[in-house]
Amino acid sequence: MKKLLMGNEAMAYGAIEGGVQVVTGYPGTPSSEVFTSLAAMAKEKKIVAQWSVNEKVALEVAAGAAYAGARAMVTMKQVGLNVAADPLMTLAYIGIKGGLVLVVADDPGPHSSQNEQDTRRFASFAKLPVLDPADPQEALIMAREAFEISEKLGLPVLLRPTTRTCHVCQDVEVSEAVLPTQEPAGFEKSPGWVIFPSLAAKRHSWLNQQQDVARELFESSSFNRIDPGTGRQGIIAGGVAYHYVKEALALLGLDIPVLKIGTPYPLPINVVMKYLDKLDRVLVVEEQEPVIEDQLIQMIFHHRRPVILRGKYNRFVPREGELDTGKVKEIIADFLKIELPDHKNVFNPPPLPVRPPILCAGCPHRASFYAFKQAALGADAIFTGDIGCYTLGNMAPLHAVDTCLCMGASITIGSGLQMVETNKKVVAFLGDSTFFHTGIPGLINAVHNQAKQTVVVLDNRTTAMTGHQSHPGLPRTAIGEPVEPLDIARLAEACGVGFVRVVDPYDYAASLEVARQALAYEGVAVVVMRRECVAIVKGGQTARMIDSEKCLDCGLCIEELGCPAIAKGEEGPVIGASCTGCDLCRQLCPSGAIIERGGAK
Amino acid sequence: MRLDIVITGVGGQGNVLASRILAKAAMEWGLPVRTSEAIGMAQREGVVMSQVRMGEGAYGALIPDGSADVLLGFELAETIRGLAKLKSGGVVIANRQTIYPVSVSLGLSQYEPEQMISYLENTDAHYHLLDATALAGEAGTYKCTNIVMLGALASLGILPYDEKHLKQVMLDVIPPKLRDINLRAFELGRQALGGE
Repeated sequence: MKKLLMGNEAMAYGAIEGGVQVVTGYPGTPSSEVFTSLAAMAKEKKIVAQWSVNEKVALEVAAGAAYAGARAMVTMKQVGLNVAADPLMTLAYIGIKGGLVLVVADDPGPHSSQNEQDTRRFASFAKLPVLDPADPQEALIMAREAFEISEKLGLPVLLRPTTRTCHVCQDVEVSEAVLPTQEPAGFEKSPGWVIFPSLAAKRHSWLNQQQDVARELFESSSFNRIDPGTGRQGIIAGGVAYHYVKEALALLGLDIPVLKIGTPYPLPINVVMKYLDKLDRVLVVEEQEPVIEDQLIQMIFHHRRPVILRGKYNRFVPREGELDTGKVKEIIADFLKIELPDHKNVFNPPPLPVRPPILCAGCPHRASFYAFKQAALGADAIFTGDIGCYTLGNMAPLHAVDTCLCMGASITIGSGLQMVETNKKVVAFLGDSTFFHTGIPGLINAVHNQAKQTVVVLDNRTTAMTGHQSHPGLPRTAIGEPVEPLDIARLAEACGVGFVRVVDPYDYAASLEVARQALAYEGVAVVVMRRECVAIVKGGQTARMIDSEKCLDCGLCIEELGCPAIAKGEEGPVIGASCTGCDLCRQLCPSGAIIERGGAK
Repeated sequence: MRLDIVITGVGGQGNVLASRILAKAAMEWGLPVRTSEAIGMAQREGVVMSQVRMGEGAYGALIPDGSADVLLGFELAETIRGLAKLKSGGVVIANRQTIYPVSVSLGLSQYEPEQMISYLENTDAHYHLLDATALAGEAGTYKCTNIVMLGALASLGILPYDEKHLKQVMLDVIPPKLRDINLRAFELGRQALGGE
């Protein structure tokens, strides 16, 4: 049966077809919907689906289930794998019993990430096999087959889609037939689960041998194939680049042989050598790092093939950003020394407005940032930020995020800054989900080391940026079961924080007062700004409007807040239809000109 | 039959839903289909572009620049930005609505609607301008601007499937309590470009 599925949904269907029994993960664009699709099917398919507090935890929980023989999947984005790197690197030595598949989504571009790291490179570093789908249909098949590959090798397997598979929809063939899953065999006690140095030494040579076993397995994989063609020049394409190559060749009217690679590490030697047999020159087209290209160079050297290789090292193919058909067409033309018709640039538009993503109209983070900016007026303050919607607090006019590095780093970077910048106020902003993810160790560290800093937890009761997933601060699990929520304020107290307050950012006067107290506190202060994300609260508040008779056109509401609901009109500011009634602007308006829509003047 | 459609607009305008409806209709009509959508950070009031490719020979989901058959522009400035994707002589359906980003209110960038319209008029595109947001308001809520735009597209007879089919798929996808509003929106869009 065909279904229109986004790549992430397709991988969830593939996991079900592959008999997944346990799924864990931490949200991260572009990976999140793999987990949420599985969580939505969890009750019906009788699988366990749990959001974990971070990727390290997610991988360990899934590994534990796989130790007992269950088929398990872990989902995360590329930078999440850094957090999970500690268990991953040694899990490769220990090995697994039940199939364990890590779906790690890469984001070349990047569209929604802080870097462009290549998970295929990570896989080869960890000495683990990796699958690289070209489209949602293949992603489904790979997700299904990955469990068996994992069990055959006794190793975790990585499935690495990119944004253009994750967030691409395709008419995908899904099967109702689910592989008969066996009751997990159970955990058997053995010295093999305890990684003493002596065991590590033994398992390292086993792991090295498994590289050849995996390579051999991929020799017959349907994820690699040759599309025949004519001539002695060819193209090797990895992952999504395959479709760009095929379309570019069609546009150029060329029929040259293409080797599609879906198993970039370990690269199957015989498949590649057989393809190179009939070629004098070959171009490697892959996004991000030269993972296929590096292995090809080794193979060509070892096998003394007189083939000319073109790719990233000759600067034919960029190492940064995304590829697309247009870019690949130019790369191929360059490689084949074809003159492309002079591209007339007919697109020469008038100046267009800059439209970066910004905080939504009514976003409680705007109110929180504004209160702390005002409380810190006159004091030299540094605002450290974190990963989430609130990174957008960096934008004009708030300018309330001075640093952003990685998950949880707001508190810790702040701790380092306050050691040196002793005369400045250091305020760390992080979200509720980020607080649970990696914020807590930094908070304990700050308290123990007697830092002087303020930590603001922007508690919008969800993991907003990635699509509103649950977290331990909420009274429901990933599959909607009720659970006792963890209280961030009480956690902070338990961490030894001497000043803890909870305040509603929509109450500006109260927020400002608490912010002032926190900044004056000698030690670590934690302020929990608690207000639900405006994108999940539908209605409830009356939109605001401007009473033009009272408005002084002072510009404060526009210039200080940067709310997308307020625009400059011919005769002063105008509040548009997207106003959610957060009321921040009304509380700030010096002339009382902002009133409830439909209210009496 | 092959058709590449680009949908541009601002986060929150229902761009992704429009893309999914067009794609689902294609799949149920028996055509291979691909879409690519902006999901994540860009959805927060930023530029969003969806790409829908239907028919044989749809390779990857990304439409090469200068080759889209149709541009559906939900917002004026984003329509102009999206013209980079359109092929010479392609079809544009442009909503007249302007959404001024905060950068304009803050004086950090410009927004000149008249210049934009005159630029559109001087391209070789077959363009249709309509006030889809006003029509959506007439139907019940400005939030169904996307469905007005689909109605307008359906009336041009360039889709590989008929209007009725698109309308039915739209109704299948929309929650039951919103069907009447969206049906009105679809009809108003259809009539706006001269559909009977």
